[in-house]
Amino acid sequence: MESTSHTFKDNAHDALGNAHLQSALDKMRAGFPQRRLDAIGKLPEFEDLREQGREIKNHVLENLDWYLERYERNVIAAGGHVHWARTPEEARQIILDLCRKLGAKTVTKGKTMIAEEIALNDFLEENGVIPIETDLGEYIIQLRHEPPSHIIAPAIHLTKGQVEETFREVHTNLPADRNLEEPRSLVAEARTMLREKFLKADVGVTGANFLIAETGSSVIVTNEGNGDLTQLLPRAHIVLASLEKIVPTLEDASALLRLLARSATGQDMSVYTTFSTGPRRAEDPDGPGEYHVVLLDNGRTGMLGSEFQEMLRCIRCGACMNHCPVYGAVGGHAYGWVYPGPMGAVLTPSLIGIENAKHLPNASTFCGKCESVCPMKIPLPKMMRHYREREWQKKLSPATQRFGLKLWAFLALRPPLYHFFYAIAAQVLGLLGRRTGGSFYNLPLAGAWTATRDLPAPQGRSFQEQWHQRQKQKKAA
Amino acid sequence: MTPKFESESSRLVTDSPVSKPRVGLFVTCLVDLFRPSVGFAAVKLLEEAGCEVEVPGLQTCCGQPAFNSGDRADAATIAQRTIVLFEGFDYVVVPSGSCGGMIREHYPELLAGDPAWAERARTLAGRTWELISFLYDVRGLRQVKARYDGTITYHDSCSGLRELGVKQQPRTLLASVQGTKLKELPGAETCCGFGGTFCVKYPEISDKMVEGKAEDILATGADTLLAGDLGCLMNMAGKLKRMHSERGTRATRVRHVAEVLADMTGEPPIGETGQ
Amino acid sequence: MSARDDILGGIRRSLKRGALGGERAAQLEGRLANHPSGIIPRRSQGLDRKGQTALFEEQAVEIATTIERVASLRDVPKAVADYLQRFNLPAEFAATPDPLLDKVPWNERPLLKLKRGKPSPTDAVGLSVGFCGIAETGTLMMLSGPDNPSTMNFLPDDHIVVLPASRIVGPMEEAWQKLRQAKGGTAVAATMPRTVNFITGPSRTGDIEQKLEMGAHGPRRQHILIVEDDSIA
Repeated sequence: MESTSHTFKDNAHDALGNAHLQSALDKMRAGFPQRRLDAIGKLPEFEDLREQGREIKNHVLENLDWYLERYERNVIAAGGHVHWARTPEEARQIILDLCRKLGAKTVTKGKTMIAEEIALNDFLEENGVIPIETDLGEYIIQLRHEPPSHIIAPAIHLTKGQVEETFREVHTNLPADRNLEEPRSLVAEARTMLREKFLKADVGVTGANFLIAETGSSVIVTNEGNGDLTQLLPRAHIVLASLEKIVPTLEDASALLRLLARSATGQDMSVYTTFSTGPRRAEDPDGPGEYHVVLLDNGRTGMLGSEFQEMLRCIRCGACMNHCPVYGAVGGHAYGWVYPGPMGAVLTPSLIGIENAKHLPNASTFCGKCESVCPMKIPLPKMMRHYREREWQKKLSPATQRFGLKLWAFLALRPPLYHFFYAIAAQVLGLLGRRTGGSFYNLPLAGAWTATRDLPAPQGRSFQEQWHQRQKQKKAA
Repeated sequence: MTPKFESESSRLVTDSPVSKPRVGLFVTCLVDLFRPSVGFAAVKLLEEAGCEVEVPGLQTCCGQPAFNSGDRADAATIAQRTIVLFEGFDYVVVPSGSCGGMIREHYPELLAGDPAWAERARTLAGRTWELISFLYDVRGLRQVKARYDGTITYHDSCSGLRELGVKQQPRTLLASVQGTKLKELPGAETCCGFGGTFCVKYPEISDKMVEGKAEDILATGADTLLAGDLGCLMNMAGKLKRMHSERGTRATRVRHVAEVLADMTGEPPIGETGQ
Repeated sequence: MSARDDILGGIRRSLKRGALGGERAAQLEGRLANHPSGIIPRRSQGLDRKGQTALFEEQAVEIATTIERVASLRDVPKAVADYLQRFNLPAEFAATPDPLLDKVPWNERPLLKLKRGKPSPTDAVGLSVGFCGIAETGTLMMLSGPDNPSTMNFLPDDHIVVLPASRIVGPMEEAWQKLRQAKGGTAVAATMPRTVNFITGPSRTGDIEQKLEMGAHGPRRQHILIVEDDSIA
């Protein structure tokens, strides 16, 4: 998808003024964090599991090439095919070629962020293959021609009223008196519409939460069951996954599954966790006749060995955005590309370049909540800071900010000058402040602050000035 | 011109138990400029806790603005200065979780690759404490002699909470203050939207965050808001004051927790001219 | 250069090393061969059969599965008939070819009509047999195979699962162990069924305003009949 990350500030401005979005975000802030807390409260081992999860993924990343080769060998042994793609273009072409070879007209899709990353839907459509999103949230936003705003809850930015509006617009055979006011009736409507599509689809595309080296299996996790209908019913199942999804064994996957749903939705387990290995066997009554895996790199090999390697531990639970106060204020679309929130603030510059995403690592207060809830203990603020360092080195940050910081650093390294300025500023602003009731309603150069809040005034004399005067008096006495 | 690094303290810390520890107070730029009374409250609390307090005159800022803006080189130089100034003390105490976290958590990271400084950074980090945590965790303080009449609510500033584990220490100490009732703030651990330079780089988002915070504070019905970090306090005080003046409601008194614990609430609250 | 070689080469360049061999590769082989289990939550450990069944039921009920315990396979027809009646469901339903269902005396309930095989899209009710139950989370483990079409787990609106209590294990790792053993201890890669479904409750979605709604695409209801007769494996 086309990135609008470079206009983050404008996007955020629009988001803050969007009443529908704000009402949806209010619900999100109240929902996810509490459910996660309830879930981990029932599992005393949760902290130890986080540490263990971190170790498993670190182990994989250090040996990624070996595990990928083993995984590939086992997929082939099970009758499947592995396709390697360096770039989004390569991945898209592989999938289109497979669809053409199979004579596919429609493709059902389970929710996959990698498909968003390679902009698969637009590409298939342009080439005469109709992609149908089957996750309810994805289906809704596909009808609305919108990108997802959250990696596990793609339509979280919408209210039920907006969904009703969309269904009435698109499902043209809906009787006008059909009640669609409540989520229940909307879900039923989508179920009916999509059941038909599932049965007719020629190819099913899913993502993968994990790829198991030991068995050559791909794993998907859903609550709706859409991913399973997507991969079971059509003639072929195509798995689209990025390299770092590999884990060594079934037991390793189990260990990570204990973290995934609890961190994501606050469930102990999502409803459907499915391990798929190759195509249907000769004696199987159902299942896809062909099984393909498209392994996407798209810059990930370059993150290995760099200060951003730890980002590759991410299991895409969404906890960081669920708990992020900035995401909670502006929602996912403001971030302007596939991955929003704190994980997006690190991943987006890694995948589309810091020049195109320079705001994202800056749009954080470094409050640290994301890192504290990350099941993989990814040091997200630290990595955002590393991107700020790259921006500083490349002089991408605004000139006024750079000038201000340089001036301040100049002073901070010259204590007498620094204290002199502080003493003066304290006195002048303190004096002015006493005339304006202790704070400033507006102040030159502080407009960004005072537009919406007062700036408390200094008490009058700097601490250092007072302290050293007192020390002198003490000595004299 | 290369700034001269000079230690103001000549005495080196020994491993033997120190009866009256020498504490270097790291004032922080915001306290120095905006609210010296927090510094004096810190001195009083530290002295009452049996410490000898010194304030190195050549200290400036911890370097966090540079560090968080990606200017690693300046941040490292400032960090080295601070290390030199404070490494002679038994402890470095900071009335801010944010600046304390910078020295304690980030100096070692910042200087890890520099063999000349890595060990010194780690050593200083090990001796650096946020004020309230120092009083409680190091000096074993469990109660204070103070009186403050009012219903207070408490905001957990992010760095203190997540980098330094400051959570129950201020609450325990506040419980010993006479005349005070603590009303817990829902979402006390949610960022107020200050975030250093964030609040001026993304003022609209910052405002949205502090607005939510202020509403939560008002909903508690408390007349006083306390926290341990002046940046967050100024942000919340500024928003509360603006909201009160727009609504014509009675001001919320906003103070640093040290002022109340030190029984030094003679100065007007943050952003006010009278009680 | 092929994309494959490019990517593998890129990984090795980034990690500043060549392809792994020798001792390191042997260690990794060993890790796969031993497939060590990590931390197992205490709640699912050290329970006897009764405790495991109780935990399974407790966890399953919490995620909106309904449970009925029956003493033996003889009681299954009545339990199924009662369930169908309770929700006003048709007496004709799809059932997997699983041999365990052959041992059920269906003829005692002549009104029940089983269609053995894979379900058709119009079947409202499906009946399966669980490979095992995981007490830790109230999860069913279902294996695909000639006797177990995976579509039975997803197409019907109501999914009834017969689960012998003897097949309930503690944590997920024990379920894998059971699968590894069922396949004669050979390398699991060669014997993994095409589809292993872990099912934890009926289908649901929270995609509209985070309000939980059941029956998004899979079954709206899931009903498990725990057969307590220990003689059934």
